[in-house]
Amino acid sequence: MKKHILILFISACSGSVMAQNPTGVEIMDRVDSNMVIEQAVSVASMTIHARSGSRTVKSRSWTKGRDNAFVEYLSPAREKGKKMLKLGDKLWNYTPEPNDRIITISGHLLRQSLMGSDLSYEDMMENHRMTEMYDAEVTGKEEIDGRTCWALTLTAKKKDVTYHSRKVWVDSERWLPLKEERFAKSGKLLKTTVITDVFRIGERWYPKKMMFKDMLSRGKGTEYTIESIDFDVDIPDHLMSKAALRE
Amino acid sequence: MIHFLLKGLLRDRHRSLFPILIVIGGTMITVFTYCYLLGFGDDMIVNNAKMDTGHVKIMSRAYHELVSQIPNDLALGNSGELLGILKQEYPGMDWAARIKFGGLLDFPDEEGETRAQGPVFGIALDMLNPESAEAERMNLDGALIRGNLPQSQGEIIISEEFAQNLDVAIGDMATLITSTANGSMAIHNFIVSGTIRFGVGPLDQNAIFADISDIQYALDMENSAAEILGFFQNMIYREAEAEIIAENFNGRFSDLSDEFSPYMVTLRSQNSLGELLDMMDQRIYMTVFIFIFIMSIILWNTGLMSGIRRYGEVGVRLAIGESKREVYMSLIYESILTGIIGSIAGTMIGLGFAFYLQETGWDISGMMKGSNMLMSGVLRAKITPTAFYIGFLPGVAATMFGSMISGIGIFKRQTSQLFKELET
Repeated sequence: MKKHILILFISACSGSVMAQNPTGVEIMDRVDSNMVIEQAVSVASMTIHARSGSRTVKSRSWTKGRDNAFVEYLSPAREKGKKMLKLGDKLWNYTPEPNDRIITISGHLLRQSLMGSDLSYEDMMENHRMTEMYDAEVTGKEEIDGRTCWALTLTAKKKDVTYHSRKVWVDSERWLPLKEERFAKSGKLLKTTVITDVFRIGERWYPKKMMFKDMLSRGKGTEYTIESIDFDVDIPDHLMSKAALRE
Repeated sequence: MIHFLLKGLLRDRHRSLFPILIVIGGTMITVFTYCYLLGFGDDMIVNNAKMDTGHVKIMSRAYHELVSQIPNDLALGNSGELLGILKQEYPGMDWAARIKFGGLLDFPDEEGETRAQGPVFGIALDMLNPESAEAERMNLDGALIRGNLPQSQGEIIISEEFAQNLDVAIGDMATLITSTANGSMAIHNFIVSGTIRFGVGPLDQNAIFADISDIQYALDMENSAAEILGFFQNMIYREAEAEIIAENFNGRFSDLSDEFSPYMVTLRSQNSLGELLDMMDQRIYMTVFIFIFIMSIILWNTGLMSGIRRYGEVGVRLAIGESKREVYMSLIYESILTGIIGSIAGTMIGLGFAFYLQETGWDISGMMKGSNMLMSGVLRAKITPTAFYIGFLPGVAATMFGSMISGIGIFKRQTSQLFKELET
């Protein structure tokens, strides 16, 4: 009995210490459990604020596992019917009739803008656990929009990671990265992300609205809004195939 | 006096033939070089104007700032209306909308999968409108190697070299993969209707030409144009007029506070062509100066030799009472006559060669294989009114200058010594 009390006491103490001062890996683990999707169907709209004006692109996405995703564009009319398929590290883009072409997106094309937004194809393909790709170090505690956040510096573990380092401000209660700065190896700031609205489904907090800004582009940023998301769905296997692009 | 000197020159060919031949040669080279350099510069201007700059070019202010990046997202909106205004307000010029773009040209196999692909540089121009002079201006007909120019929408012409490298046949389908003005990926199918070769390195490697309406659709740029080019009649660049038109247009239509308002620039203010034109002018005058200098030295030498050969004649003239000044002046008049005769003949011969080069040209495309310079493969001269008198400057001035220097010796002759000298 005494032994059990001791274990409970030690566990409680260690839990309290972690709540007080968690490690970078612990924080990013909590973030990953919120952000990494195993299976979901979502509808999102992306408002791209270019120098010449704004436009909104709406899409429906199916995500199956961490590596497979299928996206169909719903509007505007010009983009309607375009589809994208991601299988592992491969990406295909389909343009419907009259062009009816499936184009493999690889190499430098992966760094191109997605639909003219501040997101690249590489950004879109990212669904790996941050703890697998980065070493995380806590640098302090800061306030972002009235919420207490852990400030972290992430440094890439491997060479083939899109961004060499990141600065992330993680909400200390909801475990979402409210603000993020992504850097090149040279230290140049490449992209910023800000979560402006969140929502809760079950135990999971998830971003509702995000603002992306490609610091190298001439635009004024891209607003990404998740209109609906369903984590509890069954996605058929045949959807994750090239044949589905032409269906 | 002139008649007398002329008779002397014609009857005594020993003293006139050599100087005249030298003047003819020098003048001919001066006139020809002047026309050749002018033609070379003009050729460069015409090529740049046709391909890129126009004689004037209109872009949005924002596009103009980043023009080297071809930022189609900053293109001019309502280009159709603007073209209408331009045609009405500046009817002396021909106006044409263009879009430049880059991307990949992908050739699918029977299953629609990529068979071959390569990077391309494209120019979209008005090729389908029968009133448009664009195809003629770009000499697309003359550059056609296989097939034909686009006759309907959805057709493109590509570089022959590019077609050969990727094993492309006429009638093959090609998919252009590029970015729309919004930055989205653009995928658009075309049919290859023909292949072209300009004899200009970069264009022959990987260029495609498409009708502007197709590219406007593919790049989501309906009623937009990256650039509107203005051309003077007969493709002759008139700098002062271009400056006036640009100033007038910008004063009326350009708004400093609106980065998408149209802004007109002249050929001179694009691609460092102003500096190049100035350099060409300087080179022409430097060439003329060098010829004057060289010919002065040669003719001075000729004058000296002639002076020595005519030592006796000058002595006799002085002995019989002609003043030194009169003898000196007659030598100068004589040299002027020699200069005029030589300059007329030299100018005519020089103009003859220049005319041949102007009309026929000199095909150097064989020497330009692999060159990346955007210049024509045929060199041409250009005859202007200046060419008719520019040769007289070195021809007459240098001859006169030579005689003036060599004739100074006359004043050093001692009259008292003349008879003694003549006896010997």
